[in-house]
Amino acid sequence: MNPRYDAIIVGGGHNGLVAAAYLARAGRKTLVLERRPLIGGAAVTEEVFPGFKFSVFSYVVSLLRPGIIRDLDLPKHGLQILPLESTVTPLDNGDYLAGWADPDETRRELCRHSTRDADASIVFGRLMHHMAMAVKPILRMVPPDPASLAPSDLRGLLKLGGHFRSLGPERFHALHKLMTMSSADYLDEWFEFDALKATRSASGIIGTFLGPRSPGSAYVLLHHYMGEIDGAFRAWGFQKGGTGAISETIANAARAHGAEIRTGAAVERVIVKGGQATGVALEGGEEIQAKLVVSGLDPRLTFTRLVEPKQLPEDLVDGIRRYKFRGSSGKVNLALSGLPNFTCMPGQGPHLRGAISISPSIEYLERAYDDAKYGEFSRHPYMDIVIPSMIDPDMAPPGKHVMSIFVQYAPYQLNGGWNDAKREAFGDTVVKTLARYAPNIESLILHRQVLTPDDIQRITGLSEGNIFQGELALQQLFFLRPVPQWAKYKTPIHGYWQCGAGTHPGGGIMGASGRLAALEILGANP
Amino acid sequence: MASAYDSHPEREYAAIRSSAALIDVSPLHKYRIQGRDALKLLDRMITRDMTKLKKAQVYYTPWCDGHGKVVDDGTVTHLPDGTFRLTSADSSLRWLHMNAVGLEVGIEDISDRMGALAIQGPLSRAILTGASPADLSKLKYFRMVETKVRDIPVTISRTGYTGDLGYEIWVDGSRAVALWDALIEAGTPYGIVPAGVWALDIARIEAGLIMLDVDYFSAHHALIEARKSSPYEINLGWAVSKEKGPFNGDRALAAERKRGAAWGFIGLEIDWESFERLFAGRGLPPQIPSVAWRSSAPVYKDGKHVGYATSGCWSPILKKPLALAHLRAPHFSEGTRVEMEVTVEHHRERAAAVVHKLPFYDPERKKA
Repeated sequence: MNPRYDAIIVGGGHNGLVAAAYLARAGRKTLVLERRPLIGGAAVTEEVFPGFKFSVFSYVVSLLRPGIIRDLDLPKHGLQILPLESTVTPLDNGDYLAGWADPDETRRELCRHSTRDADASIVFGRLMHHMAMAVKPILRMVPPDPASLAPSDLRGLLKLGGHFRSLGPERFHALHKLMTMSSADYLDEWFEFDALKATRSASGIIGTFLGPRSPGSAYVLLHHYMGEIDGAFRAWGFQKGGTGAISETIANAARAHGAEIRTGAAVERVIVKGGQATGVALEGGEEIQAKLVVSGLDPRLTFTRLVEPKQLPEDLVDGIRRYKFRGSSGKVNLALSGLPNFTCMPGQGPHLRGAISISPSIEYLERAYDDAKYGEFSRHPYMDIVIPSMIDPDMAPPGKHVMSIFVQYAPYQLNGGWNDAKREAFGDTVVKTLARYAPNIESLILHRQVLTPDDIQRITGLSEGNIFQGELALQQLFFLRPVPQWAKYKTPIHGYWQCGAGTHPGGGIMGASGRLAALEILGANP
Repeated sequence: MASAYDSHPEREYAAIRSSAALIDVSPLHKYRIQGRDALKLLDRMITRDMTKLKKAQVYYTPWCDGHGKVVDDGTVTHLPDGTFRLTSADSSLRWLHMNAVGLEVGIEDISDRMGALAIQGPLSRAILTGASPADLSKLKYFRMVETKVRDIPVTISRTGYTGDLGYEIWVDGSRAVALWDALIEAGTPYGIVPAGVWALDIARIEAGLIMLDVDYFSAHHALIEARKSSPYEINLGWAVSKEKGPFNGDRALAAERKRGAAWGFIGLEIDWESFERLFAGRGLPPQIPSVAWRSSAPVYKDGKHVGYATSGCWSPILKKPLALAHLRAPHFSEGTRVEMEVTVEHHRERAAAVVHKLPFYDPERKKA
C-alpha cells in the first residue's frame, strides 16, 4: 500500500519546491515528483561537457523574494548569490557603452556618450524607483478578481485601489504609460543615445514575443528596478554553483521540513474521482494517493494534460488554449579554453565579470524581431552573455571558462519547424554574431550546446519553450494569469492546485508563485 | 591598508566566501622574540599557556595589564627554529620591553622588514598548492610550515581574520611584492581578487572576530575605567588559561571568574521585518551601506539601556543585518530579545534584535 500524502507536487521546478517547502513547514506530508533525473526544472546546473558546469537554461537569479529567503532560511541551505553588476554593450563603431556597479563610474561613462542622458538617467532612476515601489506589493499579493463580489476579492481590490491612489496623480499616470507603451517609445521620452535605449529596452523583450517597438513592452523595464529596491538582499546575481544550486537550496529547505523529493518520477495524470483530486498516476502505472495535488507545470500541461479537459469548465479550457506561450528565445552554452577578447575592450577586465549585451541599437533589436515575426530566427540576434566562471571559478576547470548566451529571437514556430540542421545554423549565427565583437571566440570553443525553444520544450517540458510558462504580457498578468477567475492557484477540481510561473506573478527565479500557492492552499485547508 | 581595490567592494567580499581573496596584512605589528627566556617572556605576557605551544603551532591570544584588562590581541607563532613571532594590532615594543625586565631575551621589531599576505577563501588551498611544494592538505588549523612560494622563501600559517579557509604568508619585505605578483598569477585561474579592509571587515564581523579600537579599547589607551575590558568581557575567556603559572592579570582574572563577568560580548541579529518597518514608516526601502559600520549604537532591553553595539554590517552570505555588541550581565545569553538603536532618515529608532552566539558564520572548511 502506498503511503498517503497530504500533498503531491507535480514537477520539481523552483516554484514547486518552494510550495513544497512551505507546505512541509506547515506540517503537511509533502511529496515532490520530478520527471527528470535532477530537480530544478529550468533552474538546473549540468556538467554538459566534462569539467564544465552550465546553468543550462535559466542563468541568473533575478527577483527571488526576500521573504522566501527568510522564511525558508535559504542561506543556511546553500544560498550564495554573487554580484553580477555590470553590463557592457559593444557598439558597431568599435566603442562600447558600459553600466558599472558604481553609479559615479556609470555616470562618467554615460557622459562620454551623452551628458543629457547621464542627467536624465538619475531622474529616470528615481521615477523607476517609485514605480517599482508601487508595483512591488503586488508581487506578494494573491490577485483579487475585479469581476467578483466575494468579500475577499472586494477587500483585495479596495486595498489595491487605495495603494494606487496613494501614488498621487503624477506617478499613477507614469505607471499607466509604463503599462501600455512600447519600451522604445517610453525610453525615447527620456534618452537620446541609441545603444542606451536598446540595452535598457532589451530587458523588456526577454522571454516575450514582442519587439522593443511593441506596445506593452515597457512594463518589464520595471523588473530591473524591483531588484534594486530589494536592496541589500541583492537578489539579483549569480548563485554559486549555477541556478541548479538555487533549486538544491530550496530542496534542502523542503527536505529539512520533512518533504520527500523523488526524481525520475514522471506523473502521467492526476487521478480525479467525483470532481476531487485523489492522487497521481506515474508513467509505468504506480499510483500515489494524496489529499491534494499541486501542479508546478505550465497552464497548458496543468489543465489539458495532467487532467482531462472534459473535467473542466469549457471557458477555462478555451482560456488556456488562447493563453500565449510562443517561446521566443534560445540558449547557447559554450565551454571555452580561454577568455574572449572584445575588440571594444581588449584583454581581460571587469567587463568579463558582468553581462555583455549585444544590443547596439533599437533598430538592431527591432530587426531581430522582424525575422522572428515572419517565422525565422534572427539573423542578427539580441544576446545577453555572461561568463559564469569569471564570477564563480568552480564552474569550469582552472583557467577555462563557461559562457552562457541567452539569444532572442528564436521562434518556437519556425518556418518548416526545428531540426538538427536548423539548430546548428542557429548556433552558427550566434557564434558568428559574437565573433563580430570578439573575433577570437571561435578558436576558444571546446564544446557548444545549442538549445532552441523546441529543445527547451523537449527537455524541461515548458510548452513551446516559453521560459516564463507563458508570456509576461499584460493580458496574461495578475488576475488574468493564467486565465480570469482561475488566477488564485485554485482549479475547478477540488484538491487540485497550480503553483507554477504560469500563475501570478510568474516568470524568473522569483518563487513568489510557489509561495502564494502554498499560502492559499494552507488557508483553504487549515 | 587599502580600503578596497575595486570601486565595488562587494566583489572583494564575495571572493573571500566564494573563491579567494588576497589581502595585504603587512600593517600588522610583528616582533621576533628569541633567547633563553623568550618563552618565559611570552608566558608572562599572554593569557594562554605558552608551555603548551608546540613548534610550528600558532596561538591567537589576548594579553592583559596587571588588572586583567586587555591591552591587545594577536598571534604568537612558535617557529621551527625555536624562536617566536608575535603579531599585534597596536605597536607593542614598549610593553614587550617592560615585560622583559630581568629576562635574557632579544626583542626585535620586524614590522618594517617582514611582509604578510593573507590568502583567504575556499580556493586558497588549491591556489597555494599549485604555487608551493608544501603539502597543505596536512597543514592543520593554526599550524604553520616553512616552505616556498615559487622560489620565494616564506612561512605559511593556516590563520586569518575571515573565519574561512585561509592562510597567512610571511615573507621577507624585500620579496613581498614578488610574492604578491606570484600569488595573483597563480590565483587568477581560480578567480583570486585583491581585497581591502572593507571586505575584510564584513568577513570578520560574520566570523565574530573583534577589532582593537573598534570593538574594544586597549587598557593602555582607555581614558576611563569603563572603556577597559577583560578577556571574559570580549568573548576571549576561552583563551585565558586557568592552569598556567603567574602572568599579567592572573589574579584579577581568577577573581573575575569567581564572581562572573559583568559584560558579555555577543552577536546581535537584527530582525529584518522590524528594520524594514522602520524604513517603510519613512517611505523608504531599507537602506544598508555596503561597508561595515564602526560606531556605537545603544542596546535596550525592555526599555532599559543594557549595552552597546560597536560594529555591524549587512551579511551578504547570511542575508541578515548583524552587529557585535557588549551587553551587561545577565542579558547576554543566546536568544535574549533586545532592541538596538538605528538611525532612520535622521530619526533615532529601535530595531528588534536577538542575541546570537559568535561566530555568526562558521563553515566547516575553515578547520577541515
